[in-house]
Amino acid sequence: MKQVVKTIGLWFQRLGNKIKTFYDVKIDPMLSKIGYALTHNPLIKMNELSVRIFGININITRKRRDAFYGYTFISLWLIGLLIFTLYPMLYALYLSFFEAYYNLQTGITTSFVGFENYFNIFRSQTLVPLFANYVIRMVVSVPLIIVFSIIIAVLINVPMKGKSIFRTIFFLPVIIATGPVIGELTAQNATTLPALENSNVLNFISDNLGSWLAEPMVLLLNSLLLVLWYAGIPILIFLAGLQKIDKSVYEAADIDGASPWDRFWKITLPGISSLISVAVIYIVVTMSLFVESGGILELTRSHMLVGAPDSQFWFGYGYAAAIAWIYFIFMVIIMSVFVLILSGRKEKA
Amino acid sequence: MSLRRRLLGMQFTDGLLYKTIVLLLLISFSYIYLYPMLFMLTNSFMNVEDLINPGVKWIPTVVEIENYRRAVQVLELPSAIFSSTSYVLRVSLSATVSSALIGYGFATFNFPLKKVLFALMLATFILPSQVTMVANMLIFRNLGIMSTEQSMILPAIFGQGYNAAIYILIFYQFFKTIPSVLRESAEIDGATPFKVFYKIALPLAIPSLLIVFLFSFVWYWNETFMTGLYVGNPVTLPLKLQSFRASYETLFPPGSFGSELNEAIMLAGNMMTILPLLVLYFLAQRFFTESIDRTGITGE
Repeated sequence: MKQVVKTIGLWFQRLGNKIKTFYDVKIDPMLSKIGYALTHNPLIKMNELSVRIFGININITRKRRDAFYGYTFISLWLIGLLIFTLYPMLYALYLSFFEAYYNLQTGITTSFVGFENYFNIFRSQTLVPLFANYVIRMVVSVPLIIVFSIIIAVLINVPMKGKSIFRTIFFLPVIIATGPVIGELTAQNATTLPALENSNVLNFISDNLGSWLAEPMVLLLNSLLLVLWYAGIPILIFLAGLQKIDKSVYEAADIDGASPWDRFWKITLPGISSLISVAVIYIVVTMSLFVESGGILELTRSHMLVGAPDSQFWFGYGYAAAIAWIYFIFMVIIMSVFVLILSGRKEKA
Repeated sequence: MSLRRRLLGMQFTDGLLYKTIVLLLLISFSYIYLYPMLFMLTNSFMNVEDLINPGVKWIPTVVEIENYRRAVQVLELPSAIFSSTSYVLRVSLSATVSSALIGYGFATFNFPLKKVLFALMLATFILPSQVTMVANMLIFRNLGIMSTEQSMILPAIFGQGYNAAIYILIFYQFFKTIPSVLRESAEIDGATPFKVFYKIALPLAIPSLLIVFLFSFVWYWNETFMTGLYVGNPVTLPLKLQSFRASYETLFPPGSFGSELNEAIMLAGNMMTILPLLVLYFLAQRFFTESIDRTGITGE
């Protein structure tokens, strides 16, 4: 044990030393050079209240100073946004109108195909059912998760001993839910409740409903536990909202003779209703971005990596970019429909 | 009379009966919730007979440590944990530091277009990384950092890493609570804004730093899609787990007696992969469950 602690300590010490030498050798001289260049050059000159750049005087006002420092602090993010997010986004949009393949020798080769990639997606026999499944799964499971997490949050909010234990339990999946682990659990049938499997509910559903509706329903029930695992953060969101509701409102309702049932619908739910949209956005994003084997996202990657001009099944970068964009658009549509429904109900009330 | 009072309370909701019902509900929900975990834990200790035997559901007849020994061998454990941790530490530390800087910039200074940029920052949260991956692959190739850890670290430094919007939001909410008087008085004494950030804001933000660090650690540890694509060689434990079956077969070639890969060994491998996270979670549980309050989404 002592050995282990010592090794860990040594490791941290080495890490610290590395960072320190890196700072001393690389960053410190660089910073002092920059500082020297800023004060000793003819182009930029700083006086008390004005800066002289290329011969133009700029007066330093409080507003300008604030703006300068603000942009300096977020400059990292701004540069990153341009290089790693906005440019790739637009480039992917551009590529989606091309047939594009990557080759180690020649780099990327493109040929313009117009909207052909998009048409091919909607012609595809594998992708169309996957997209339909995705939409239905979202429509069914997002309300389910919301209801479940509100129930749990209300239950945890009841004042009693051991509250924090339950909070710990319900947050656990956020920590351990990694792709491969979930894949393994699904493969071993650990994500469905045995009670559900033994009853005839599943047979009943698939016998009595059309297959387009029954299949996603059965899929949902089969992975019910995984679906509920997405509730970890929404539970915390609602719990935080519940704790913001003033206790005295409940007391006033008590005096007027409101039942617990009334209090839930008239005080608790309106109190957290604004958070439901936040939770919906969070759930849609995390559920959509989870990569299942055989799902759309994995197909996208395969199209990109395996794609070659002579391939029958894999269509390269342009096709992958088109799928990703369609997926993103679907995601945004689902999210905005949910949010619109929620806000529409609020206006009527 | 008093028994009834105790059971039902003044109103129904403060009686013993109500609390018992709530507790029972919570416990049964917890069972449902933890079922996959418990399944994984108990089944990972079973031998082949127990796995097939319908009479054995939860408690194995013998505790098979051999499963774990093999999983440790296949995952090359002690060294894999170290390499995995050192990579994830580097990524998550860069994400933490950069998002602290960015969050401070957004929270403290007023500058033109601030609202637009802030909205844009939040919007990046809903953008699937699959949209940008097509072009990012090419960018990383051109920069010559494809298939190295830099391809994950560089976006993290520039605040575009995995879930970076959440981290920036957490810092933004925290730095907004620091009174501006503190900053102004330091500036009157001649401190530059960078010095204020370093000497005043950062020491106050240690809890937020810790929360963001913990979350980014866990999320980068669990992230397999982008890491697998950009970094390639199994750099983290979950990525190693993905190729568990193949590496098992090279270590224990099929055909020799008692060497078949069974579910129990797979589950043991899974347990080993999430074990570091479990330890971290139970050590720092409070910081994880407080995180939502820190994002300030409940409004003031």
